[in-house]
Amino acid sequence: MTSPQPRIGVLRFPGACDDRDAFWALAAFDAEPVFVWHTETDLPDLDAVVLPGGFSYGDYLRCGAIARFAPAMEAVAAFAAEGGLVLGICNGFQILCEAGLLPGVLRRNESLAFVCRDVPLVVERTDTPFTSRCAEGERLTIPVKHGEGCWFADDALYEELQANRQIVLRYTEPVNGSRNDVAGVVNERGNVMGLMPHPEHAVDPLLGSADGALILSSLVEAARKSVLAGV
Amino acid sequence: MRATVLVRPKHGILDPQGQAVESSLRQLGFAVGEARVGRVVDLELESNDPAGARAEVERMCEQLLANPLIESYEIELTEAAGD
Repeated sequence: MTSPQPRIGVLRFPGACDDRDAFWALAAFDAEPVFVWHTETDLPDLDAVVLPGGFSYGDYLRCGAIARFAPAMEAVAAFAAEGGLVLGICNGFQILCEAGLLPGVLRRNESLAFVCRDVPLVVERTDTPFTSRCAEGERLTIPVKHGEGCWFADDALYEELQANRQIVLRYTEPVNGSRNDVAGVVNERGNVMGLMPHPEHAVDPLLGSADGALILSSLVEAARKSVLAGV
Repeated sequence: MRATVLVRPKHGILDPQGQAVESSLRQLGFAVGEARVGRVVDLELESNDPAGARAEVERMCEQLLANPLIESYEIELTEAAGD
């Protein structure tokens, strides 16, 4: 029996730049990636959605603030509300926060400088569709490249997220001024995740690290299960 | 009518841009305390009704112009200057 190939949508906004990397990486993990243009009002039949990195709409006003109103984002919100898997990477994370699909907000890096380097991370939670192939406490090395990756939540929100175990990834050293070094979070239901590091840029030892493969192959595996469940 | 929307980082929110401006001003010899950097949005409105216009601009702020987690906003309304 051949295992079904999950279809994973990759949203394309004007100003996105990592859409093809995400597409390539998902295909490498045996998913069937499908580009979805930002003006689409309906998603095709998908098992998961990835919002890739970049600078949608020039990051005008606040990063992600304008992209969240793209017609395709309404469809993504509906997809997430039905329990669909959504992963936002970098700008995708910023968009999901602005859209209210993930908690917190991404601000200018504390240093005001663009950060572009491999960063060390620790996995805090493995019972999510995005980290099931990681071990709890596992250290990962995945690159970041952002000017606005300083995740912020006020005290009350942060306590709530801690209590709900919604912090999934943390930097193990200061990177951008993020509150408590948060690098990735999930929504309460656990079907939407955002992270600033770029797993799609770390899927082969030739790229310096293959640790991003753990995140993306977890997603592909979870999407495949949803195909099987639907059959 | 015209509206000017002032968007500011909320009190207690770290403002690295403000800190950079503050230290530059000090280096130039100016005696300044804290500096905070926000954003101004000038809007031309079709409405001539101040209450309605204010309510509309408030909705704009809530939906798009400010992120309530980190920013506060103030709205100033003025009659559009006739030529």
